[in-house]
Amino acid sequence: MAVVVERMRFALLPVNAVLVAGATSLFAGALLSDIAYFRSYEIQWNNFSSWLLAGGLLVAAFAFLWSIVELFRTRWRVWPAVAYSVLLLATWILGFVDALVHAKDAWATMPDGLVLSAIVLVLACVSLAVAWAGLRTGDVP
Amino acid sequence: MNRLRPCAISALAVLLAGCGGGGAAPEQYGANPQLPAQQRGLLPSMTIAKPAAWGDRLPTVPQGYAVKAIATDLRIPRQTLVLPNGDILVAEGRGGNAPDLKPKDVIAGYIKAKGTSPVKGGNRLTLLRDADGDGIYELKTIFADGLNAPYGLALVGDTLYVADQDALVKFHYTTGQTRASGAPVKVTDLPSAINHHWTKALAASADGRYLYVGIGSNSNITERGMTAEVDRAQIWQVDPQTGMHRAYATGVRNPTALAIQPGTGALWAVVNERDELGPDLVPDYLTSIREGGFYGWPWSYWGQHVDPRAKPQDPEKVASAIVPDYSLGSHVAALGVAFSSPAMGAKFADGVFVGEHGSWNRSHPVGYKVVFVPFRDGHPAGNPIDFVAGFRGDDGLTRGRPVGVTVDPRGALIVADDLSNTIWRVTPNSASAGAMPTAPATAAGAAPAGTPGGMQR
Repeated sequence: MAVVVERMRFALLPVNAVLVAGATSLFAGALLSDIAYFRSYEIQWNNFSSWLLAGGLLVAAFAFLWSIVELFRTRWRVWPAVAYSVLLLATWILGFVDALVHAKDAWATMPDGLVLSAIVLVLACVSLAVAWAGLRTGDVP
Repeated sequence: MNRLRPCAISALAVLLAGCGGGGAAPEQYGANPQLPAQQRGLLPSMTIAKPAAWGDRLPTVPQGYAVKAIATDLRIPRQTLVLPNGDILVAEGRGGNAPDLKPKDVIAGYIKAKGTSPVKGGNRLTLLRDADGDGIYELKTIFADGLNAPYGLALVGDTLYVADQDALVKFHYTTGQTRASGAPVKVTDLPSAINHHWTKALAASADGRYLYVGIGSNSNITERGMTAEVDRAQIWQVDPQTGMHRAYATGVRNPTALAIQPGTGALWAVVNERDELGPDLVPDYLTSIREGGFYGWPWSYWGQHVDPRAKPQDPEKVASAIVPDYSLGSHVAALGVAFSSPAMGAKFADGVFVGEHGSWNRSHPVGYKVVFVPFRDGHPAGNPIDFVAGFRGDDGLTRGRPVGVTVDPRGALIVADDLSNTIWRVTPNSASAGAMPTAPATAAGAAPAGTPGGMQR
Protein backbone atom coordinates (compact mmCIF):
# COMPACT_ATOMS: atom_id res chain seq x y z
CA MET A 1 0.00 0.00 0.00
CA ALA A 2 2.79 2.32 0.95
CA VAL A 3 4.32 1.76 -2.45
CA VAL A 4 1.15 2.77 -4.20
CA VAL A 5 0.96 5.98 -2.24
CA GLU A 6 4.50 6.85 -3.17
CA ARG A 7 3.74 6.19 -6.80
CA MET A 8 0.68 8.37 -6.64
CA ARG A 9 2.93 11.23 -5.61
CA PHE A 10 4.27 11.43 -9.15
CA ALA A 11 0.76 10.77 -10.23
CA LEU A 12 -0.34 13.88 -8.44
CA LEU A 13 -0.53 14.60 -12.01
CA PRO A 14 -4.11 15.81 -12.24
CA VAL A 15 -2.98 19.45 -12.15
CA ASN A 16 0.00 18.73 -14.28
CA ALA A 17 -1.96 16.68 -16.75
CA VAL A 18 -4.46 19.47 -17.16
CA LEU A 19 -1.65 21.91 -17.88
CA VAL A 20 0.02 19.63 -20.39
CA ALA A 21 -3.26 18.79 -22.03
CA GLY A 22 -4.01 22.52 -22.31
CA ALA A 23 -0.65 23.26 -23.86
CA THR A 24 -1.01 20.34 -26.24
CA SER A 25 -4.35 21.51 -27.55
CA LEU A 26 -3.00 25.02 -28.05
CA PHE A 27 -0.01 23.63 -29.95
CA ALA A 28 -2.39 21.49 -31.98
CA GLY A 29 -4.36 24.62 -32.84
CA ALA A 30 -1.15 26.32 -33.92
CA LEU A 31 -0.30 23.44 -36.24
CA LEU A 32 -3.79 23.44 -37.75
CA SER A 33 -3.58 27.20 -38.32
CA ASP A 34 -0.18 26.78 -39.93
CA ILE A 35 -1.61 24.16 -42.26
CA ALA A 36 -4.49 26.45 -43.12
CA TYR A 37 -2.11 29.32 -43.90
CA PHE A 38 0.15 27.04 -45.91
CA ARG A 39 -2.78 25.99 -48.07
CA SER A 40 -4.61 29.30 -48.38
CA TYR A 41 -2.09 32.17 -47.97
CA GLU A 42 -4.80 33.69 -45.78
CA ILE A 43 -2.81 35.82 -43.35
CA GLN A 44 -5.24 35.58 -40.45
CA TRP A 45 -4.28 31.93 -39.92
CA ASN A 46 -0.71 33.08 -39.48
CA ASN A 47 -1.83 35.49 -36.74
CA PHE A 48 -3.84 32.73 -35.07
CA SER A 49 -0.82 30.41 -34.94
CA SER A 50 1.32 33.11 -33.36
CA TRP A 51 -1.11 33.64 -30.51
CA LEU A 52 -1.87 29.92 -30.07
CA LEU A 53 1.85 29.29 -29.80
CA ALA A 54 2.25 32.10 -27.28
CA GLY A 55 -0.60 30.64 -25.23
CA GLY A 56 0.85 27.13 -25.49
CA LEU A 57 4.22 28.39 -24.30
CA LEU A 58 2.67 30.15 -21.32
CA VAL A 59 0.77 27.05 -20.19
CA ALA A 60 3.70 24.74 -20.97
CA ALA A 61 5.96 26.93 -18.83
CA PHE A 62 3.71 26.33 -15.83
CA ALA A 63 3.59 22.62 -16.62
CA PHE A 64 7.37 22.51 -16.66
CA LEU A 65 7.68 24.42 -13.37
CA TRP A 66 5.15 22.07 -11.80
CA SER A 67 7.09 19.08 -13.08
CA ILE A 68 10.21 20.41 -11.32
CA VAL A 69 8.25 20.63 -8.09
CA GLU A 70 7.09 17.09 -8.68
CA LEU A 71 10.65 16.01 -9.24
CA PHE A 72 11.56 16.96 -5.70
CA ARG A 73 8.45 15.39 -4.23
CA THR A 74 8.92 12.04 -5.95
CA ARG A 75 10.96 9.63 -3.87
CA TRP A 76 9.97 6.66 -5.92
CA ARG A 77 11.00 5.97 -9.53
CA VAL A 78 12.58 9.31 -10.18
CA TRP A 79 13.63 8.68 -13.78
CA PRO A 80 10.20 8.84 -15.35
CA ALA A 81 9.67 12.13 -13.62
CA VAL A 82 13.01 13.39 -14.95
CA ALA A 83 12.16 12.22 -18.46
CA TYR A 84 8.86 14.01 -18.17
CA SER A 85 10.54 17.30 -17.15
CA VAL A 86 13.10 16.98 -19.94
CA LEU A 87 10.36 16.35 -22.48
CA LEU A 88 8.49 19.42 -21.34
CA LEU A 89 11.64 21.51 -21.47
CA ALA A 90 12.39 20.33 -25.01
CA THR A 91 8.81 21.10 -26.01
CA TRP A 92 9.11 24.59 -24.58
CA ILE A 93 12.46 25.40 -26.19
CA LEU A 94 11.38 24.23 -29.63
CA GLY A 95 8.08 25.99 -29.14
CA PHE A 96 9.94 29.20 -28.37
CA VAL A 97 12.04 28.86 -31.51
CA ASP A 98 8.80 28.26 -33.38
CA ALA A 99 7.37 31.46 -31.88
CA LEU A 100 10.40 33.40 -33.11
CA VAL A 101 9.93 31.94 -36.57
CA HIS A 102 6.29 32.99 -36.42
CA ALA A 103 7.40 36.54 -35.59
CA LYS A 104 8.68 36.84 -39.15
CA ASP A 105 6.48 38.56 -41.69
CA ALA A 106 4.03 36.78 -43.97
CA TRP A 107 5.43 33.80 -45.90
CA ALA A 108 8.83 34.11 -44.20
CA THR A 109 7.27 31.88 -41.51
CA MET A 110 6.92 29.05 -44.02
CA PRO A 111 7.73 26.19 -44.20
CA ASP A 112 9.93 26.30 -41.07
CA GLY A 113 7.06 27.34 -38.83
CA LEU A 114 4.87 24.51 -40.04
CA VAL A 115 7.57 21.87 -39.50
CA LEU A 116 8.46 23.20 -36.05
CA SER A 117 4.81 23.34 -35.01
CA ALA A 118 4.46 19.66 -35.98
CA ILE A 119 7.54 18.67 -33.96
CA VAL A 120 6.38 20.70 -30.98
CA LEU A 121 2.99 19.03 -31.10
CA VAL A 122 4.56 15.55 -31.22
CA LEU A 123 6.75 16.38 -28.22
CA ALA A 124 3.78 17.76 -26.33
CA CYS A 125 1.79 14.61 -27.10
CA VAL A 126 4.60 12.40 -25.81
CA SER A 127 4.75 14.52 -22.64
CA LEU A 128 1.04 14.15 -22.34
CA ALA A 129 1.26 10.38 -22.79
CA VAL A 130 3.83 10.20 -20.02
CA ALA A 131 1.66 12.34 -17.79
CA TRP A 132 -1.44 10.24 -18.42
CA ALA A 133 0.46 7.01 -17.95
CA GLY A 134 1.53 8.27 -14.56
CA LEU A 135 -1.99 9.34 -13.72
CA ARG A 136 -3.62 6.10 -14.78
CA THR A 137 -1.40 3.58 -13.07
CA GLY A 138 1.08 5.47 -11.02
CA ASP A 139 3.49 3.25 -12.88
CA VAL A 140 5.31 5.56 -15.16
CA PRO A 141 7.05 4.14 -18.23
CA MET B 1 37.65 23.16 -27.15
CA ASN B 2 38.62 26.67 -26.35
CA ARG B 3 39.47 27.24 -29.95
CA LEU B 4 36.04 26.12 -30.96
CA ARG B 5 34.17 28.32 -28.61
CA PRO B 6 34.35 31.62 -30.50
CA CYS B 7 33.11 29.79 -33.58
CA ALA B 8 30.20 28.35 -31.72
CA ILE B 9 29.34 31.69 -30.24
CA SER B 10 29.43 33.51 -33.53
CA ALA B 11 27.43 30.74 -35.14
CA LEU B 12 24.81 31.21 -32.47
CA ALA B 13 24.90 34.94 -32.94
CA VAL B 14 24.36 34.53 -36.65
CA LEU B 15 21.49 32.16 -36.04
CA LEU B 16 19.83 34.54 -33.66
CA ALA B 17 20.59 37.87 -35.20
CA GLY B 18 20.73 36.94 -38.83
CA CYS B 19 24.19 38.39 -39.07
CA GLY B 20 22.84 41.82 -38.47
CA GLY B 21 26.17 42.68 -37.08
CA GLY B 22 28.44 44.07 -39.41
CA GLY B 23 30.42 47.18 -39.32
CA ALA B 24 30.49 49.27 -42.39
CA ALA B 25 27.77 48.89 -44.93
CA PRO B 26 28.73 47.85 -48.43
CA GLU B 27 28.86 50.54 -51.07
CA GLN B 28 25.17 50.91 -51.64
CA TYR B 29 24.80 54.28 -53.29
CA GLY B 30 23.74 55.12 -56.78
CA ALA B 31 22.18 53.33 -59.68
CA ASN B 32 23.75 49.90 -59.19
CA PRO B 33 23.91 49.08 -55.49
CA GLN B 34 25.30 45.77 -54.31
CA LEU B 35 22.41 43.64 -53.16
CA PRO B 36 23.53 40.81 -50.88
CA ALA B 37 21.59 37.58 -50.36
CA GLN B 38 18.46 37.78 -48.25
CA GLN B 39 18.91 36.81 -44.63
CA ARG B 40 16.89 36.90 -41.47
CA GLY B 41 17.86 35.16 -38.25
CA LEU B 42 15.47 34.23 -35.51
CA LEU B 43 15.75 37.63 -33.94
CA PRO B 44 15.81 40.76 -36.10
CA SER B 45 18.87 42.97 -35.72
CA MET B 46 17.87 46.15 -34.02
CA THR B 47 19.59 49.19 -32.64
CA ILE B 48 17.10 51.66 -31.29
CA ALA B 49 18.11 55.31 -30.90
CA LYS B 50 18.87 56.37 -27.32
CA PRO B 51 17.46 59.87 -27.12
CA ALA B 52 19.42 62.63 -25.38
CA ALA B 53 19.14 66.40 -25.15
CA TRP B 54 21.22 68.63 -27.43
CA GLY B 55 22.58 70.69 -24.55
CA ASP B 56 25.29 72.93 -25.98
CA ARG B 57 25.77 70.76 -29.01
CA LEU B 58 24.63 71.52 -32.52
CA PRO B 59 24.32 69.44 -35.65
CA THR B 60 27.44 69.61 -37.81
CA VAL B 61 27.40 71.33 -41.21
CA PRO B 62 30.06 71.77 -43.92
CA GLN B 63 32.66 74.47 -43.58
CA GLY B 64 31.25 77.79 -44.70
CA TYR B 65 27.79 77.00 -43.39
CA ALA B 66 26.05 77.76 -40.13
CA VAL B 67 23.23 75.96 -38.38
CA LYS B 68 20.75 77.39 -35.92
CA ALA B 69 17.60 76.18 -34.18
CA ILE B 70 14.85 78.57 -35.25
CA ALA B 71 12.04 76.89 -33.32
CA THR B 72 12.01 74.47 -30.42
CA ASP B 73 9.40 72.78 -28.23
CA LEU B 74 7.25 71.86 -31.18
CA ARG B 75 4.97 68.84 -31.13
CA ILE B 76 6.45 66.33 -33.55
CA PRO B 77 7.40 68.52 -36.53
CA ARG B 78 7.47 66.51 -39.75
CA GLN B 79 7.31 68.63 -42.86
CA THR B 80 7.82 72.28 -43.60
CA LEU B 81 6.81 74.71 -46.34
CA VAL B 82 8.43 78.07 -47.08
CA LEU B 83 5.75 80.58 -48.03
CA PRO B 84 6.32 83.36 -50.60
CA ASN B 85 6.99 85.98 -47.91
CA GLY B 86 9.54 83.76 -46.18
CA ASP B 87 7.27 82.53 -43.40
CA ILE B 88 7.66 78.84 -42.62
CA LEU B 89 4.78 76.48 -41.99
CA VAL B 90 5.49 73.39 -39.91
CA ALA B 91 3.20 70.32 -39.96
CA GLU B 92 3.16 68.63 -36.58
CA GLY B 93 1.57 65.33 -35.70
CA ARG B 94 1.82 61.65 -35.20
CA GLY B 95 -0.53 59.28 -36.99
CA GLY B 96 -1.27 55.64 -37.56
CA ASN B 97 -3.73 53.40 -35.80
CA ALA B 98 -2.48 50.00 -36.85
CA PRO B 99 -3.58 47.38 -34.33
CA ASP B 100 -1.10 44.85 -32.99
CA LEU B 101 -1.69 41.63 -34.84
CA LYS B 102 0.92 39.31 -33.39
CA PRO B 103 2.78 39.07 -30.09
CA LYS B 104 5.73 40.45 -32.06
CA ASP B 105 3.86 43.71 -32.78
CA VAL B 106 3.28 44.30 -29.08
CA ILE B 107 6.96 43.85 -28.29
CA ALA B 108 8.33 45.70 -31.32
CA GLY B 109 5.98 48.64 -30.75
CA TYR B 110 7.24 49.03 -27.22
CA ILE B 111 10.89 48.83 -28.25
CA LYS B 112 10.62 51.21 -31.21
CA ALA B 113 8.76 53.81 -29.18
CA LYS B 114 11.87 54.21 -27.05
CA GLY B 115 13.68 55.76 -30.01
CA THR B 116 11.12 58.48 -30.61
CA SER B 117 9.88 61.57 -28.82
CA PRO B 118 7.37 61.02 -26.00
CA VAL B 119 5.63 64.29 -26.87
CA LYS B 120 2.05 64.08 -28.10
CA GLY B 121 1.60 64.99 -31.75
CA GLY B 122 0.37 68.55 -32.30
CA ASN B 123 -2.12 67.88 -35.14
CA ARG B 124 -1.55 71.46 -36.20
CA LEU B 125 0.37 73.82 -38.43
CA THR B 126 2.73 76.25 -36.75
CA LEU B 127 3.86 79.41 -38.53
CA LEU B 128 7.36 80.81 -38.01
CA ARG B 129 8.22 84.36 -39.08
CA ASP B 130 11.47 86.28 -39.32
CA ALA B 131 10.07 89.74 -40.03
CA ASP B 132 13.36 91.66 -40.07
CA GLY B 133 15.42 89.08 -41.91
CA ASP B 134 18.03 88.65 -39.19
CA GLY B 135 17.72 84.87 -39.20
CA ILE B 136 15.85 84.82 -35.90
CA TYR B 137 12.26 83.65 -36.22
CA GLU B 138 10.76 85.77 -33.52
CA LEU B 139 7.14 84.85 -34.25
CA LYS B 140 5.92 81.33 -33.55
CA THR B 141 2.18 81.00 -33.75
CA ILE B 142 -0.42 78.35 -34.48
CA PHE B 143 -1.67 78.78 -38.03
CA ALA B 144 -4.25 76.00 -37.87
CA ASP B 145 -5.08 73.24 -35.43
CA GLY B 146 -7.52 70.37 -35.09
CA LEU B 147 -5.92 68.62 -38.04
CA ASN B 148 -5.36 64.87 -38.18
CA ALA B 149 -1.65 64.10 -38.32
CA PRO B 150 -0.85 66.65 -41.07
CA TYR B 151 2.21 65.80 -43.11
CA GLY B 152 2.51 66.93 -46.74
CA LEU B 153 2.17 70.64 -47.52
CA ALA B 154 1.87 72.52 -50.81
CA LEU B 155 0.90 76.03 -51.85
CA VAL B 156 -0.74 76.61 -55.22
CA GLY B 157 -1.53 80.26 -55.84
CA ASP B 158 -3.69 81.31 -52.92
CA THR B 159 -4.61 77.80 -51.83
CA LEU B 160 -2.72 75.91 -49.16
CA TYR B 161 -3.07 72.13 -49.38
CA VAL B 162 -2.44 69.91 -46.37
CA ALA B 163 -2.29 66.13 -46.49
CA ASP B 164 -3.70 64.80 -43.25
CA GLN B 165 -3.34 61.11 -42.56
CA ASP B 166 -6.90 60.51 -43.73
CA ALA B 167 -7.76 63.33 -46.14
CA LEU B 168 -6.42 66.02 -48.40
CA VAL B 169 -7.68 69.38 -47.15
CA LYS B 170 -7.22 73.01 -48.21
CA PHE B 171 -7.17 76.48 -46.74
CA HIS B 172 -7.40 79.81 -48.46
CA TYR B 173 -4.10 81.60 -47.94
CA THR B 174 -3.23 85.25 -48.31
CA THR B 175 0.41 86.31 -48.06
CA GLY B 176 1.17 87.60 -44.62
CA GLN B 177 -1.60 85.68 -42.92
CA THR B 178 -0.64 84.21 -39.54
CA ARG B 179 -3.84 82.36 -38.78
CA ALA B 180 -6.03 80.34 -41.11
CA SER B 181 -9.20 82.26 -41.87
CA GLY B 182 -11.46 79.25 -41.47
CA ALA B 183 -11.77 75.55 -41.00
CA PRO B 184 -10.08 73.29 -43.55
CA VAL B 185 -12.15 72.22 -46.55
CA LYS B 186 -11.85 68.62 -47.65
CA VAL B 187 -10.62 68.02 -51.19
CA THR B 188 -10.75 64.23 -51.04
CA ASP B 189 -10.46 61.36 -48.60
CA LEU B 190 -7.19 59.47 -48.56
CA PRO B 191 -6.79 55.77 -47.73
CA SER B 192 -6.56 55.62 -43.95
CA ALA B 193 -7.76 52.22 -42.74
CA ILE B 194 -5.11 50.79 -40.41
CA ASN B 195 -2.52 53.34 -41.68
CA HIS B 196 0.55 51.26 -40.85
CA HIS B 197 2.52 53.77 -42.92
CA TRP B 198 0.38 56.80 -42.25
CA THR B 199 2.36 59.72 -43.67
CA LYS B 200 0.79 61.33 -46.73
CA ALA B 201 3.42 63.10 -48.79
CA LEU B 202 2.31 65.94 -51.02
CA ALA B 203 3.60 67.93 -53.98
CA ALA B 204 1.94 70.11 -56.59
CA SER B 205 2.79 69.91 -60.28
CA ALA B 206 4.78 72.84 -61.65
CA ASP B 207 1.69 74.34 -63.26
CA GLY B 208 -0.41 73.73 -60.17
CA ARG B 209 -2.92 71.68 -62.15
CA TYR B 210 -2.43 68.47 -60.19
CA LEU B 211 -1.45 67.37 -56.74
CA TYR B 212 0.56 64.22 -56.06
CA VAL B 213 -0.03 62.30 -52.84
CA GLY B 214 2.30 59.59 -51.57
CA ILE B 215 0.46 56.76 -49.79
CA GLY B 216 2.52 54.14 -48.01
CA SER B 217 1.81 50.42 -47.77
CA ASN B 218 -0.21 49.04 -44.88
CA SER B 219 2.48 46.57 -43.82
CA ASN B 220 6.13 45.74 -44.10
CA ILE B 221 5.54 42.95 -46.58
CA THR B 222 1.82 42.05 -46.77
CA GLU B 223 1.69 40.65 -43.23
CA ARG B 224 -1.64 42.41 -42.75
CA GLY B 225 -3.07 40.66 -45.79
CA MET B 226 -3.49 41.86 -49.35
CA THR B 227 -6.98 43.22 -48.74
CA ALA B 228 -5.38 45.85 -46.48
CA GLU B 229 -3.27 46.99 -49.45
CA VAL B 230 -6.03 48.28 -51.69
CA ASP B 231 -4.99 51.80 -52.80
CA ARG B 232 -1.76 51.53 -50.80
CA ALA B 233 1.87 51.78 -51.85
CA GLN B 234 0.81 54.24 -54.53
CA ILE B 235 1.31 57.80 -55.60
CA TRP B 236 -1.98 59.40 -56.49
CA GLN B 237 -2.50 62.19 -58.95
CA VAL B 238 -5.35 64.31 -57.59
CA ASP B 239 -7.30 66.96 -59.46
CA PRO B 240 -7.82 69.58 -56.75
CA GLN B 241 -10.78 71.08 -58.61
CA THR B 242 -12.87 67.92 -58.42
CA GLY B 243 -11.14 65.72 -55.86
CA MET B 244 -10.89 62.96 -58.46
CA HIS B 245 -7.78 60.86 -58.42
CA ARG B 246 -5.95 58.14 -60.25
CA ALA B 247 -2.97 55.97 -59.36
CA TYR B 248 -0.01 57.73 -60.95
CA ALA B 249 2.50 55.09 -59.81
CA THR B 250 2.12 51.81 -57.91
CA GLY B 251 4.30 49.33 -56.02
CA VAL B 252 5.99 52.21 -54.22
CA ARG B 253 6.27 50.79 -50.70
CA ASN B 254 6.44 54.00 -48.70
CA PRO B 255 6.84 57.21 -50.68
CA THR B 256 7.62 59.47 -47.74
CA ALA B 257 8.42 62.66 -49.62
CA LEU B 258 7.74 64.07 -53.08
CA ALA B 259 9.29 66.97 -54.97
CA ILE B 260 8.99 68.54 -58.39
CA GLN B 261 12.26 68.98 -60.25
CA PRO B 262 12.81 72.60 -61.27
CA GLY B 263 13.08 72.98 -65.02
CA THR B 264 11.85 69.56 -66.06
CA GLY B 265 8.75 69.51 -63.86
CA ALA B 266 9.36 65.81 -63.24
CA LEU B 267 8.01 64.20 -60.08
CA TRP B 268 10.65 62.72 -57.77
CA ALA B 269 10.20 60.71 -54.61
CA VAL B 270 12.17 59.20 -51.79
CA VAL B 271 10.86 55.76 -50.90
CA ASN B 272 11.42 53.58 -47.86
CA GLU B 273 11.86 49.95 -48.76
CA ARG B 274 11.08 46.74 -46.88
CA ASP B 275 12.67 45.40 -43.69
CA GLU B 276 13.69 42.02 -42.34
CA LEU B 277 15.76 40.82 -45.28
CA GLY B 278 19.05 41.68 -43.60
CA PRO B 279 21.03 44.79 -42.67
CA ASP B 280 21.90 45.60 -46.28
CA LEU B 281 18.52 44.99 -47.87
CA VAL B 282 16.54 46.65 -49.24
CA PRO B 283 18.00 50.04 -50.21
CA ASP B 284 15.76 53.05 -49.70
CA TYR B 285 15.78 55.05 -52.88
CA LEU B 286 15.46 58.36 -54.64
CA THR B 287 13.80 58.15 -58.02
CA SER B 288 11.98 60.06 -60.69
CA ILE B 289 8.46 58.67 -60.91
CA ARG B 290 7.25 57.42 -64.26
CA GLU B 291 3.58 57.87 -64.99
CA GLY B 292 1.88 54.48 -64.70
CA GLY B 293 5.07 52.92 -63.40
CA PHE B 294 5.15 49.90 -61.08
CA TYR B 295 8.03 49.83 -58.61
CA GLY B 296 7.90 46.27 -57.27
CA TRP B 297 6.24 46.21 -53.86
CA PRO B 298 5.35 43.69 -52.59
CA TRP B 299 6.45 41.09 -55.10
CA SER B 300 9.94 42.31 -55.85
CA TYR B 301 12.52 44.96 -55.02
CA TRP B 302 15.08 46.91 -57.02
CA GLY B 303 13.54 45.68 -60.23
CA GLN B 304 13.28 41.94 -60.52
CA HIS B 305 14.63 40.73 -57.15
CA VAL B 306 11.77 38.52 -55.98
CA ASP B 307 10.61 38.77 -52.37
CA PRO B 308 9.49 35.24 -51.43
CA ARG B 309 7.45 36.55 -48.50
CA ALA B 310 4.69 37.91 -50.73
CA LYS B 311 2.33 35.07 -51.58
CA PRO B 312 0.86 34.25 -53.98
CA GLN B 313 3.63 35.52 -56.19
CA ASP B 314 3.03 37.44 -59.38
CA PRO B 315 5.73 36.88 -62.04
CA GLU B 316 4.06 39.28 -64.47
CA LYS B 317 4.20 42.14 -61.99
CA VAL B 318 7.79 41.27 -61.13
CA ALA B 319 8.73 41.41 -64.81
CA SER B 320 7.19 44.86 -65.12
CA ALA B 321 8.87 46.37 -62.06
CA ILE B 322 10.95 49.49 -62.69
CA VAL B 323 14.46 49.74 -61.25
CA PRO B 324 14.69 52.95 -59.18
CA ASP B 325 17.18 55.66 -60.15
CA TYR B 326 19.35 55.97 -57.08
CA SER B 327 20.01 53.93 -53.94
CA LEU B 328 20.40 55.90 -50.71
CA GLY B 329 21.43 52.82 -48.70
CA SER B 330 19.40 50.28 -46.75
CA HIS B 331 17.35 51.33 -43.73
CA VAL B 332 18.43 55.01 -43.78
CA ALA B 333 14.72 55.91 -43.65
CA ALA B 334 14.64 58.82 -46.07
CA LEU B 335 11.73 61.05 -45.06
CA GLY B 336 12.41 64.33 -46.74
CA VAL B 337 13.52 65.50 -50.17
CA ALA B 338 14.03 68.95 -51.65
CA PHE B 339 15.72 70.23 -54.78
CA SER B 340 18.50 72.70 -54.11
CA SER B 341 19.09 76.05 -55.73
CA PRO B 342 22.16 78.19 -56.49
CA ALA B 343 21.34 80.17 -53.35
CA MET B 344 22.68 77.22 -51.33
CA GLY B 345 26.23 77.83 -52.53
CA ALA B 346 28.14 76.54 -55.55
CA LYS B 347 28.99 73.10 -54.21
CA PHE B 348 25.41 72.37 -53.24
CA ALA B 349 23.63 74.20 -56.04
CA ASP B 350 22.62 71.28 -58.26
CA GLY B 351 21.12 68.29 -56.51
CA VAL B 352 18.69 67.26 -53.81
CA PHE B 353 18.79 67.29 -50.06
CA VAL B 354 17.47 64.15 -48.39
CA GLY B 355 16.48 63.93 -44.72
CA GLU B 356 17.30 60.52 -43.25
CA HIS B 357 15.45 59.68 -40.05
CA GLY B 358 17.86 56.84 -39.27
CA SER B 359 17.72 53.07 -38.99
CA TRP B 360 16.29 50.76 -36.34
CA ASN B 361 16.32 47.47 -38.22
CA ARG B 362 20.09 47.19 -38.30
CA SER B 363 22.73 46.67 -35.61
CA HIS B 364 25.10 49.26 -37.08
CA PRO B 365 23.00 52.45 -37.30
CA VAL B 366 22.86 54.39 -40.58
CA GLY B 367 21.09 57.57 -41.62
CA TYR B 368 20.45 60.10 -38.83
CA LYS B 369 21.57 62.93 -41.12
CA VAL B 370 20.70 65.10 -44.07
CA VAL B 371 22.64 64.25 -47.20
CA PHE B 372 23.09 66.06 -50.48
CA VAL B 373 22.85 63.99 -53.65
CA PRO B 374 24.62 65.89 -56.43
CA PHE B 375 22.94 66.04 -59.84
CA ARG B 376 24.36 66.59 -63.31
CA ASP B 377 22.18 67.15 -66.38
CA GLY B 378 19.09 66.48 -64.31
CA HIS B 379 20.20 63.12 -62.94
CA PRO B 380 21.95 61.99 -59.77
CA ALA B 381 25.73 61.91 -60.24
CA GLY B 382 28.00 60.84 -57.44
CA ASN B 383 27.76 59.64 -53.86
CA PRO B 384 25.72 61.43 -51.23
CA ILE B 385 27.57 64.10 -49.25
CA ASP B 386 26.79 64.67 -45.58
CA PHE B 387 25.19 68.09 -45.28
CA VAL B 388 23.79 68.09 -41.76
CA ALA B 389 25.12 65.41 -39.43
CA GLY B 390 25.84 64.89 -35.74
CA PHE B 391 22.28 63.87 -34.91
CA ARG B 392 23.64 60.60 -33.64
CA GLY B 393 26.82 61.22 -31.65
CA ASP B 394 29.93 59.09 -31.34
CA ASP B 395 28.77 58.51 -27.76
CA GLY B 396 25.91 56.40 -29.13
CA LEU B 397 23.28 58.91 -28.08
CA THR B 398 20.78 60.34 -30.54
CA ARG B 399 19.89 64.00 -30.18
CA GLY B 400 17.74 64.46 -33.22
CA ARG B 401 16.16 62.68 -36.15
CA PRO B 402 15.75 64.61 -39.40
CA VAL B 403 12.49 64.37 -41.26
CA GLY B 404 11.36 66.96 -43.82
CA VAL B 405 13.83 69.19 -45.63
CA THR B 406 12.87 72.36 -47.51
CA VAL B 407 15.02 74.79 -49.46
CA ASP B 408 14.29 78.43 -48.69
CA PRO B 409 14.90 80.25 -51.97
CA ARG B 410 16.70 82.97 -50.03
CA GLY B 411 19.46 80.51 -49.35
CA ALA B 412 18.72 78.23 -46.41
CA LEU B 413 17.85 74.63 -45.76
CA ILE B 414 15.04 74.08 -43.28
CA VAL B 415 15.23 70.73 -41.45
CA ALA B 416 12.45 69.37 -39.23
CA ASP B 417 13.68 67.21 -36.35
CA ASP B 418 10.94 65.08 -34.78
CA LEU B 419 13.02 63.74 -31.89
CA SER B 420 14.15 67.03 -30.33
CA ASN B 421 11.05 68.80 -31.72
CA THR B 422 13.20 71.45 -33.34
CA ILE B 423 13.37 73.25 -36.68
CA TRP B 424 16.96 73.72 -37.85
CA ARG B 425 18.05 76.29 -40.41
CA VAL B 426 21.31 75.86 -42.29
CA THR B 427 22.68 78.83 -44.18
CA PRO B 428 25.77 79.51 -46.27
CA ASN B 429 27.94 82.08 -44.50
CA SER B 430 28.60 84.05 -47.64
CA ALA B 431 24.94 84.69 -48.18
CA SER B 432 23.90 85.42 -44.65
CA ALA B 433 20.28 85.50 -43.74
CA GLY B 434 18.48 88.52 -45.01
CA ALA B 435 21.25 89.54 -47.38
CA MET B 436 19.48 88.01 -50.31
CA PRO B 437 16.69 89.67 -52.25
CA THR B 438 13.36 88.89 -50.70
CA ALA B 439 11.32 88.21 -53.78
CA PRO B 440 11.78 84.56 -54.51
CA ALA B 441 10.02 83.90 -57.76
CA THR B 442 8.89 80.47 -56.73
CA ALA B 443 6.59 78.95 -59.24
CA ALA B 444 3.29 78.51 -57.54
CA GLY B 445 3.05 75.12 -55.98
CA ALA B 446 6.58 74.16 -56.81
CA ALA B 447 7.49 74.37 -53.20
CA PRO B 448 8.85 71.03 -52.24
CA ALA B 449 6.44 69.24 -50.04
CA GLY B 450 8.37 66.75 -48.07
CA THR B 451 7.06 64.21 -45.83
CA PRO B 452 8.90 63.03 -42.89
CA GLY B 453 7.78 59.75 -41.94
CA GLY B 454 9.28 57.62 -39.62
CA MET B 455 8.54 54.37 -38.56
CA GLN B 456 4.81 54.84 -38.65
CA ARG B 457 4.27 55.34 -34.98
